[in-house]
Amino acid sequence: MKLLRGWPRPDPFTGLAVACSLLIVLFILLPLAQMILQPSAADMIAAARDADVTRAIALSIGTALCAGLIALVLGTPFAYLLARHDFRGKKLVESAVDLPIMIPHPVIGIALLSLAGRNHWLGRVMADLGVRIMGTTTGIVAVMLFVGLPFFINTVKTGFESVPRRLENVSRSLGASPAATFRRITFPLTWRSLVVGVIMCMARAISEFGAIVIVAYHPMVAPVMIYERFTAYGLKYSQPVAVWLILVCLLLFVLLRIFARPRATVRRKTP
Amino acid sequence: MIRIENLTVRLPDFTLNKVSLHAATGEFFVLLGPTGAGKTVLLESVAGLLPVARGSIHLKGREVTRLAPERRGIGIVYQDSALFPHLTVRENIQYGLRYCRAERPRSERQFAYLVKALGLEGLLHRSVVNLSGGEKQRAALARALVVEPDLLLLDEPLSALDPNFREEIRDLLKTLHANTGITVLMVTHDFAEARYLADRIAIINGGRIEQTGSAEAIFMRPATPFTARFVGMHNLFEACFEGRQATIGAHRFQLGHPPETRHRYLAFRPEDVHLHPPGPVDGLANPMAGTVRSLAHQGMFSEVTVHTPALDYRALLTAATVFQMRLSPGDPVVGFIAPEALHTL
Repeated sequence: MKLLRGWPRPDPFTGLAVACSLLIVLFILLPLAQMILQPSAADMIAAARDADVTRAIALSIGTALCAGLIALVLGTPFAYLLARHDFRGKKLVESAVDLPIMIPHPVIGIALLSLAGRNHWLGRVMADLGVRIMGTTTGIVAVMLFVGLPFFINTVKTGFESVPRRLENVSRSLGASPAATFRRITFPLTWRSLVVGVIMCMARAISEFGAIVIVAYHPMVAPVMIYERFTAYGLKYSQPVAVWLILVCLLLFVLLRIFARPRATVRRKTP
Repeated sequence: MIRIENLTVRLPDFTLNKVSLHAATGEFFVLLGPTGAGKTVLLESVAGLLPVARGSIHLKGREVTRLAPERRGIGIVYQDSALFPHLTVRENIQYGLRYCRAERPRSERQFAYLVKALGLEGLLHRSVVNLSGGEKQRAALARALVVEPDLLLLDEPLSALDPNFREEIRDLLKTLHANTGITVLMVTHDFAEARYLADRIAIINGGRIEQTGSAEAIFMRPATPFTARFVGMHNLFEACFEGRQATIGAHRFQLGHPPETRHRYLAFRPEDVHLHPPGPVDGLANPMAGTVRSLAHQGMFSEVTVHTPALDYRALLTAATVFQMRLSPGDPVVGFIAPEALHTL
């Protein structure tokens, strides 16, 4: 209680808030901790040496990275438009962007397949161009992009909104075109949001299972492999794969966060 | 130099309505109005940062109404400086030089002149994040002026500053304007600032221009009730006029000069009211007997609100006068106002 010395006695409301917070943190951490601590070292090493496991984790990360980069290229201008312009139907567009969060995951898979199938003109055009969705990494990336885009766009949009419009106005008044203003003002002030957006998109993409299992059971991404091993062999056999996936993703995201962390912008005063 | 004609700007929650004004080359023109009057909207429309629904903007004889902001040659300085936080002071000031048509030696001379004139020599390598309000505003001014714009827009450049910095920047603006001869369009809500800096003033309210003229004309001869109140004529009443007389209820006022026929209002400033205890006072005109309703002490002055059956008026007294008169609410008093201090509109 030393820490609380000098502070007023916590009131019941604060006490309730702290109790709820502890409950939620435990609810999230306990199952994960249990899963991470349960497999033996031998099981973990065996899983790491299993080529199927490393291939599935690499595929998960690789396809998620592809989805993140596509979101970066296509989603950044879109997020900028949403952040900077008001137009009729904007709320509708913003709701449409959020739709992939709400739609049941298998429905997303079915929707993408029905669009890419032979019965749809777009599917026929794609087939003529040699683009296949069913059972391909292209299909996996498409699903990941679909589910990850809302997270990228919303994060980046908030980043753009945090840059005062007046900075861009001044840049324009000083002679810079919209593109030059974006390059010299907006981007340097928001690139960290873009990195965080890619992380959010990748995180969501890696965790996707329901839509991927419909679009591409093979090649097998890590969540599908974990599911397959769980249904075929049980909990013990699937856990090491899950733990490796968590650890690799955690390392990746921590590194990206460190890379994108805000630095002190104050420059030293020259003597 | 700059001519704005019937400018209409429609925003979701505000409309700038048929605004017309012009400023001559080298003129310091101030748009004066309260918060929400449309001052910044007008400024940003002139800069090309807001879409114009109707009307036109001509700068140096060429129409710029639909021109992109970067092609107008109009600089802007905002209240909060809007310095680029990721750049040093030098980088901020030199930001626009790469788009500037001026030759390099000329740009360098202009840069050196502004850095010296604005006292920025020791700050050039500093980040803008930790500068004081005054330093920020000086850097923002240098950044806008180094590219030698045809017109400089100032959006309440003194409002966010401490009083000390405010005077410093106000004097700098005056000096820079005199030395560079640049045309300036500034917006502010502060009449004192406008009076100090402006060659001419336009009063703006609710997206419309109420009156344009010199500081003296606006102050002495406000044309609308809004302008009158805005420049301190807080005593403003509807009155009936007949010859050199105005009547408000039981009060008859002797006017300095007969009003125009269309005038409906009688106005006078609180500082022009002479307040006395009841009793005969020689040489003062237009008595308004009543009782003190309230006293508002404002530093060296006190504003006294006097209630009469026909009107409540305000009088501004020095603190010393209030102490000497031992005024308190309910006390009977008589206010006098000289005929020359009565304004009709």
